Amino acid sequence: MNAKTIDRIATFCFYSIAVLIVGILLGLVSFILIRGLGVIDWSFVTEAPGSVLTGGGGVGPQLFNSFYLLILTMLITIPLGLGGGIYMAEYAKPGKLTDFIRLSIEVLSSLPSIVVGLFGLLVFVQYTGWGYSMLAGALALTVFNLPLMVRIVEQSLTAVPREQREASFALGVTHWQTILKILIPAALPGIITGTILASGRVFGEAAALLFTAGMTSPPLDFTNWDFTSPTSPLNPFRPASTLAVHIWKVNAEGIIPDAKEVASGASALLVIAILIFNLVARWLGRFIHARLTSS
Amino acid sequence: MTDKISIEDFDLYYGENQALKKIRLNIIPNQVTAFIGPSGCGKSTLLRSMNRMNDMIPGVHTSGRIAIDGKNIYDRETDLVQLRKNVGMVFQQPNPFPISIYDNVAYGPRIHGIKTKKKLDEIVERTLKQANLWDEVKDRLHLSAMGLSGGQQQRLVIARVLAVEPDVILMDEPASALDPISTERLEELVIQLKKDYTIVIVTHNMQQAARVSDKTVFFLNGEIIEVNDTEQLFTHPEDQRTEQYISGQFG
Ligand SMILES: Nc1ncnc2c1ncn2[C@@H]1O[C@H](COP(=O)(O)OP(=O)(O)OP(=O)(O)O)[C@@H](O)[C@H]1O
Ligand SMILES: [Mg+2]
Repeated sequence: MNAKTIDRIATFCFYSIAVLIVGILLGLVSFILIRGLGVIDWSFVTEAPGSVLTGGGGVGPQLFNSFYLLILTMLITIPLGLGGGIYMAEYAKPGKLTDFIRLSIEVLSSLPSIVVGLFGLLVFVQYTGWGYSMLAGALALTVFNLPLMVRIVEQSLTAVPREQREASFALGVTHWQTILKILIPAALPGIITGTILASGRVFGEAAALLFTAGMTSPPLDFTNWDFTSPTSPLNPFRPASTLAVHIWKVNAEGIIPDAKEVASGASALLVIAILIFNLVARWLGRFIHARLTSS
Repeated sequence: MTDKISIEDFDLYYGENQALKKIRLNIIPNQVTAFIGPSGCGKSTLLRSMNRMNDMIPGVHTSGRIAIDGKNIYDRETDLVQLRKNVGMVFQQPNPFPISIYDNVAYGPRIHGIKTKKKLDEIVERTLKQANLWDEVKDRLHLSAMGLSGGQQQRLVIARVLAVEPDVILMDEPASALDPISTERLEELVIQLKKDYTIVIVTHNMQQAARVSDKTVFFLNGEIIEVNDTEQLFTHPEDQRTEQYISGQFG
């Protein structure tokens, strides 16, 4: 066989793999949507689940909880992740300590989420005395999102060309100002991608939340904006089941008569929510990047 | 004439490896001094020692003095911010920031405390004119600097350096990534700038050294072999190794 033929075969192989990947994705998404879209209507999206006996109702609180938990988690993860990533990329000196920190990050990121959940149960739920709560859930999610976030921030920062760093230093600009004005803006696309990836895990995670944020949602009053009230959706100390947890629970218990429909509808809704979130986040990221990189 | 920069018995080590050996050199204000020599002989290392850019490299240590305007920059109390404002640097690869042309030039002044738009506008216009770039970019100041050609980017970088009002400008092979026409424009600019600044330029191109510089310094293996007026050094080199190098026998 000559080089040209091999080249053609290789090209064909890579195209086929790409087609396969897209095919799997399309197949999966359309399967979920076809099964679920029939169930989704306005009341499904907005109403609370019906009683265990009658079924019916919707997944409104769960949808809200998913987004609210995402925001809470990111409020904790992003600053910590930025701080850790900046430290690793800019301040950590090569040596034993840094190697050890890196090892810890790797191990942390490979912990099974159910283990993180159990850890969360012990520490954030029981030790703190908060009980099942959004905040406990957010902290548990932080535990396993943080390593990802730190690594992505670190990689994005070290990927900024050395020339730009030097250019800034050579103008008499301090390290911290250089980080702030040159490195972070240049690293932003990577950081945003990382944030989106980490967020995707929050939407999809069930195991780490079962024993931290809990499997139930109290009756909520969406007109109640008092953070401390137990019926306020904004109260971070109330238990909250997210869409993913709800799907798991409905399927696992199988008590309500329409478990199949609810699970299918909720799955489709979850997929749609993730898609919308991804698109919006990407658009927002581009917008911020454009604002930062030219006046 | 008093020297702008005076280097006395300066040694620099990268870990165990000595890159500069007992360097003694005086650099005269408002002249262009060229560093020539084969690859790896320490030209960039000495250049980067003059604004302490080597400080960032782990394992570097030095001894001896480099005095600028009579003050040893390796003294403990040296303010690096002040030093680097005073001693600007242009690198081999044009390295504009991925922001607008205007913001590139205004970056230094802004960080060093100039806030009013009028003042910044004035600095941007003056330095871009000084760098012979104004006419080419005045209608696109707010577009990204990444859209400029390599030669324009290098002149932008020079304007960015001028905007923090240095006395000394160090250039490390500033034309090596440029085409011949851009190179010529850059050389004109260097000659033009020397009336206000003291310039040190590293180059691999001996014609370039001959065209732009007043003094030439020939390096070999971390040592200075010969320093002389450029014309003298290229026509009547004193050291045999200089002669061999400029006649292309090695390097
Ligand atoms: N960051 C570094 N770490 C370790 N050694 C270095 C470093 N930079 C340079 N050196 C060594 O110091 C010596 C001088 O290097 P330098 O870059 O100053 O040479 P140069 O004259 O500028 O060469 P060129 O013409 O190729 O740019 C070389 O032996 C080089 O390997
Ligand atoms: Mg060099």
